[in-house]
This record gives sequence, structure tokens and C-alpha cells, in this order.
Amino acid sequence: MNARIWHIASNTFREAVRDRVLYNLIGFALLMSGAAILVGQVSIGIERLVVVNLGLTAVSLFGVVIAILVGIGLVSKEIDRRTLYTVLSRPVRRWEFIVGKFFGLAGTLVVNTFFMALGVFASLLYVSHHFQRSDGWLLVALYFIVLQFLIITALALLFSAFSTPVESAVLAFALFVVGSFAEDLRGFAAMAHGATKWLAIGAAYLVPNLSALNVISSVGHEQPVAAQLVIANTAYALLYAGMVLCGAVLIFEHRNLK
Amino acid sequence: MKPSLQVTRIASILLVLCIMVSSLVLRRVDRIRTGATLEEVLYITSPKVLKRLSLGYDGLLADVYWTRAVQYFGNKHYQGAQKYSLLAPLLDIATALDPHLVVAYEFGANFLAPKPPNGAGMPDRAIQLAEFGIRNNPNAWQLDYDLGFIYYMELKDYPKAAAAFAQGSKIPGAHPWLKLLAALMAEHAGDLETARLMWTTTYQTTNDRNVRANAAVHLRALQVDEDVTKLEKLVTQFREKAGHLPASFADLQAAGMIRGTPVDPLGHTYKLMPDGRVEVRVPDDLPFIQEGTPPGYRPPRPKFLPTD
Repeated sequence: MNARIWHIASNTFREAVRDRVLYNLIGFALLMSGAAILVGQVSIGIERLVVVNLGLTAVSLFGVVIAILVGIGLVSKEIDRRTLYTVLSRPVRRWEFIVGKFFGLAGTLVVNTFFMALGVFASLLYVSHHFQRSDGWLLVALYFIVLQFLIITALALLFSAFSTPVESAVLAFALFVVGSFAEDLRGFAAMAHGATKWLAIGAAYLVPNLSALNVISSVGHEQPVAAQLVIANTAYALLYAGMVLCGAVLIFEHRNLK
Repeated sequence: MKPSLQVTRIASILLVLCIMVSSLVLRRVDRIRTGATLEEVLYITSPKVLKRLSLGYDGLLADVYWTRAVQYFGNKHYQGAQKYSLLAPLLDIATALDPHLVVAYEFGANFLAPKPPNGAGMPDRAIQLAEFGIRNNPNAWQLDYDLGFIYYMELKDYPKAAAAFAQGSKIPGAHPWLKLLAALMAEHAGDLETARLMWTTTYQTTNDRNVRANAAVHLRALQVDEDVTKLEKLVTQFREKAGHLPASFADLQAAGMIRGTPVDPLGHTYKLMPDGRVEVRVPDDLPFIQEGTPPGYRPPRPKFLPTD
């Protein structure tokens, strides 16, 4: 990573921290401790499972919300505050600005996920009194969640490069929802005929496939995750985020900022 | 600008007052709308629709529905309800959202199968649930055990119970008594000893304190049924020999038919009634007993969590 990208990324991270983005960790801590203590009293036999399901779901949803809400303002806020012109008047290329912003927000989300993961494991220790070998699969689920954040962050940044924050939020959230149904979309494409079939196939491959990145339920039941899936998901998420980032760079390069 | 101390004080007092009064008003609203709680409402009944709406976070939603099923059953059971109309749909949703939620099949089938007020009186739905669980969790021998248990206890269908136990016994890691239970079903299905073995297996194989407590209660009930039957048989033998009923257990003791005054599993002495019947001293403490209760006895509301 070149120095300019690194500076933009570290500034984005510092700005997110200054904007109290990490305050969500307090809410998360309350949620996890409440769940760990209360669920045993209101349900039967799912104390550990709830900690895993609730913990990982919260990590994922908190992160997606942060990725969208922060990501949509990454470019537009800089234009509104006119700080973008100062940055671009220095020897910083537009693509470096976009990539730096991406890494800055991705880094914020990784740090956020790290602390949330600590919370999940602490709650797990509280309800189970010990760790077991299969708890290691939770790390894989958390890794997949981070991959999911890369995709969502890239999408939020893409929309931020050409539209208003509200439009960007709507578009990014809509793609998150559609991405969760990506497998259904491919199933629909398989059943369709003619032009509809090709349109559906195109749409199915264009939207992010987020369902493959969700293994929360299976790791909750201590089921292992295949190494091939880890490799394939990593490749897919990096390629998809890279593709979206290229789109964002292309749009931003040609955008008239005057 | 400095914050006004007066405004801060008034706003703080008003805030606390509003919280307190709104809570009181809400309690009043709850009293007016008795029975209008979420308990009897299932807004979305289709597991498929719910799975879609969960956006992939179906595991957490399954936990929510399973907890709701537990709460629903617990409340109804405590009230001594005769109808559990939402129990089966709640369990269907929980298990469709997470087909590997073994605990929902294990407990759910045992919530559905027994006759009210101990359960929903839906053994057929319990069997459907257990079979769905077995299809999705072929290595969980406990589900085959539960299926056999329902056939044995609720439907008295011993061949099907034997088949379920035999199927479960083939799964690696299955409790060795499953084979024995399968064999017993074929020969001595209706015996008290078989029932005792069933509950003993449950007691020994479960990790859940509620299931263990429930098995202990049933084992105590079986012990009472056996004791009372034996004692009443001895009373009959005494009358045939002596020409009159014994006045107390001391008469049976003097005749060499028993050693000491017999006690129930909780340590209370049995009562010998003037008509020769034998009764337990505190029937409310011994749920599920078939023998030894006073004439016209009605058991109290069941406790959801019996103490072990």
C-alpha cells in the first residue's frame, strides 16, 4: 500500500473513532451480557447456541449498519466540507482517495469486529465455563462476516461516489437484502426461460452473494466449515469488493467536482 | 451558554415522574386487556416465509421461536390448560428455521405427546416432529429414543416402539440400553419393570436437570404404584387368613408379612385405611401416581419444573 493510501486510510479510521462509531461496542456488550444471563432462565437447552447465534448475528448486523451509514458519507461528506478539494490538490490521485477510504473503513470494521468477538467469546465462557475445540469454527464465521463487510463497504463507497447519502443508504441496504436472497435468485433463474432466464442469471451474478458468507447457524451446531469454502469465499469476496471498488474509482475519476 | 440548573432539575424530575406514571398506566392497560397478549398470536405461520424474512439469520430466529414455544408451554402447563393450539406451529417454525435444533425435537415431542394438562395431547404431532428431527439429524440417537418413548408411553404401540429403539441402537454412540429396550418391547412391553427401565434410561442419559427431575418424579410414581399394589395384596391375604381387615400396618408386621412400617419414596409412611385401601400421606407431592390416592382426588396444578 503506498503512503498516500495509508494516510487516507488512517485518517478515515481516526475520523470514524472521533465520530464515536465504536460506541456501538457498549450496546453490543450490554446485549451479550444480557443474553448470556437471561436466556438460561427463559429457555431450555440453548444457552450456548443463543450466545453464538445472537453474538455473531449482532456482529454482522452492527457491522453492516456501520459499513452502510459510514460508507455512504465517505465521499459526499468530504465534498460538503470542501476538504476533498484540499486533499486532491495535493499529489493524491482520485483512485488513491477511494481506495484509502475503503481501507480506512474496512480497518474500522475489523477493529470493531475484534472487540465484539472478544465479547462473544467472553459470553461463551460465561455460559459454558470452558472452551471446546469446535469453538474455533466461530473464528471462521467471524472471518466470513469480515468478508461480508468488505463487500458492503465497497458497495456503500460506490454509491457514495455518485449519489446523495440517502440514495446511497437505500441502494446499499437494498443490495444487502437482495444479496441475502442471491441463492433464491439463482434458483429462479434456473426455472425461467428465454430472455427472462438470461436477465435473472445476470442479476443473480451481479448482486453480492451474501448467503454463502453466513455460516452462523452451522458453527452454532459445532459443524465444521470446509477449507474449500473458506478459500472460495475469500476469493469471491476479494474479487467482488475489487470489482465494486473499480466501479467506484471509474465513476469518481470521471465525476465533475466543480 | 451555561446550562440552567433550574431547567435541569425540573426536566429530571419530570423525566422520572413520566417513567413511573407511564409504567403504572401500562400495568393498568395490561389488566384491562387480560388475555390479549402476544401469547395466542402467531402473525406469520409459514416457516418458509419466516426463513426468507430472516435474511439468513435463521439460527437466531429459531432460538427466538423455540424460547417462545417453551414460554407458551410453560404458561399453559402452569394454568392446567387443556388446549395448546399454538404449540405445534411454534415448534414447526423453530425446527424449520433450524433443522439441527435437537433440543426442540427432544423437549417439543415431550411437550406435545402427553395428555393434558401434562402436555398438549397430540402424540401424532409429536411423532411427526420426532421423525422430522431424525431425518435431519440421523446421528442423534436420543431422537429415536424419544420416538420409541412416545409410541410406548402415549400410544402403547409396542412394535413401533421396538422398531424406534432398535433403529436408535444402531447409531454409533447410542446408549446400550436401547437394544435392551427394543427386546423388552417385544416380550414385556406393558410391565412395570419396563416402564421403570424407560424412566431410568431417561434419568441416566439426559444432561438436562428438568428432564432428570421429571424422570425422577415418574420413577417415584412407579415406586408408589408398585408399593400400594403389593401392600393391598398383603392386606387381602391377611383378611383371608384372619377373617378381618388389619387395623394398622402393625398387624401385618405381627403376622410376619412386612418388616416395619412401609414408607413412600419421599419417606412418608403409607396410610392403611379402614376399608383396606392403602393411601399415600401427601398425594400432592407425588405427581403421576395411579394408585394410593384418596377417592375423588384431583391432582393440583402441575409444576413446570419439578424438583429432583
